[in-house]
Amino acid sequence: MAYSQEKLVEEKVFKDPVHRYVHVRDRVIWDLIGTKEFQRLRRIKQLGTTYLTFHGAEHSRFNHSLGVYEIIRRIIDDVFDGRPEWNSEQRLLSLCAALLHDLGHGPFSHSFEKVFDLDHEAFTQKIILGNTEVNRVLTKVSKDFPKMVAEVIAKTSPNKLVISLISSQIDADRMDYLQRDAYFTGVSYGHFDMERILRVMRPKEDQVVIKQSGMHAVEDYIMSRYQMYWQVYFHPVTRSAEVILTKILHRAKHLYQKGYQFKHEPIHFYSVFAENITLYDYLKLDEAVILYYFQMWEEEEDLILRDLCVRFMDRNLFKYVEFDPAKEYKKLSELSTLFAKAGLDPEYYLVVDSSSDLPYDFYRPGEEEERLPIQLLMKNGEVRELSRESQIVDAISGKRRTDHKLYFPADLLKDDSSKKNIKKQIRNLLDL
Amino acid sequence: MLKDHAKIMQAFAAAGEIVGRKKLQKMIYIAKKVDFPFQERFQFHFYGPYSEELTLRVEELCNMGFLNEVKEKKGGYMQYRYSLTDEGMEFLNMNLVELPALEDCLTDMNSQNARFLELVSTVLFFDDLEVEEVKEKIFTLKSKQKYTEDEIKQAYEYIEALKGKVVPV
Repeated sequence: MAYSQEKLVEEKVFKDPVHRYVHVRDRVIWDLIGTKEFQRLRRIKQLGTTYLTFHGAEHSRFNHSLGVYEIIRRIIDDVFDGRPEWNSEQRLLSLCAALLHDLGHGPFSHSFEKVFDLDHEAFTQKIILGNTEVNRVLTKVSKDFPKMVAEVIAKTSPNKLVISLISSQIDADRMDYLQRDAYFTGVSYGHFDMERILRVMRPKEDQVVIKQSGMHAVEDYIMSRYQMYWQVYFHPVTRSAEVILTKILHRAKHLYQKGYQFKHEPIHFYSVFAENITLYDYLKLDEAVILYYFQMWEEEEDLILRDLCVRFMDRNLFKYVEFDPAKEYKKLSELSTLFAKAGLDPEYYLVVDSSSDLPYDFYRPGEEEERLPIQLLMKNGEVRELSRESQIVDAISGKRRTDHKLYFPADLLKDDSSKKNIKKQIRNLLDL
Repeated sequence: MLKDHAKIMQAFAAAGEIVGRKKLQKMIYIAKKVDFPFQERFQFHFYGPYSEELTLRVEELCNMGFLNEVKEKKGGYMQYRYSLTDEGMEFLNMNLVELPALEDCLTDMNSQNARFLELVSTVLFFDDLEVEEVKEKIFTLKSKQKYTEDEIKQAYEYIEALKGKVVPV
């Protein structure tokens, strides 16, 4: 029997708090889960620094990847199977792309990628196409199979239907992370009737569409998403931790480039600091490694690196005030000067952080945004864009919400043992 | 501090008025690919490389009053014109970013049409592939645009010319 068709003698199941069980019958999927590159995802948290705000948010990208796989498996095996618009030969491709879609995420990826100008999606491609265990499993299916999986994940595959299952405004990725993140953070947002949505999904040539009767379940999903973004993902305390994490990485890189002699040599970071990181080096990095260095750097001579690491490890985070860049950029410049005079390098201790979300948008021909809209399948067989039918969705379509905050170490500003007058001026400007 | 905003504004200062969101997206992507330090991340979308972060940045700059956006009806769709406002110039003067050769490159790109820039950016997106594979990608993913072999050749030549402009003297 061809490897692609091979089934396990007995179905394997993973107990899962969100989907109850994740079912694996395909040998290829079982083998991929066992690869070291996939197992690495156990050591990367799904929500980065969110655990410092919501203590339950310790779940990993491994959990989420299995969840996305399970949702796609249910859509294909329980809903699409046997429908004329669905080509069953795409089943394994869809399952593999779902399982591997986040494979290239690094530790605390948001900050890490920003500081070192890396892109987890590029690493996903490299892991799938490079000299890795994952590549060897996929190549056993066929020589071209790794490329096909990589193209679906990169959205450069001609197979738009499979892409839309994994990446669109209503996809398995979002459906899993909203529910999983809600479960682990313990918030009451993020819940919607996924079973209902799955049952009304239908394959079409270029994308998945939703039967009109499922519109209210989709509305609920969009609202859940909106609430999760503002209540969980953009929580200001989480953002504060992220700001400090980013600044630690910036400082360490800066020190390395200046020839600073670290007491504890950051060997895991050398290639990333030198901007020539290899896939091998990248795969060695996980959050346990990063946190180990943060703990070691608490003992460094450099006062900024030391202070930032102590703050992160002990959760002594920056405070914040609302900030309007349009009206207050001159004030920001003034603050920056005062921070420097107070002996607080503004590059590390005065940070503007912005959060922004567009809950739903539709495609307007020619010039506009390029998001794939959610399409409803009407009773007469026509397809209509969601916001044309749903007043609730119409009300939020294309409406972006943005929020800016200014972060700083309030404890240092309130310490009058030095530069008392300057700190007082700063506190007045910040309304502290 | 607001450095990434300043870099995008520097692009507008260098290029002058930019007409069309698609064109703007492709210009910044191409500039990034030829080594200008723009931070916005791009993914492959309908029209080629597209950055949600850039869309957001431009929207913010408009809300801040630093960029002027003029919306005009053009046949069946809306077209957007962008230019720096006086407040934007003032902000930029306070946050100058040194980007040598940017003006030359962006002025050149601004004189090209969006269709050609879409092709150039797509070629750059697949720059790790062999030329024949890139052509196959373009003919498959961009079949509606009906690009010719000759246009693809011109895109490669254009990329080389741009790279020549940014090489330090």
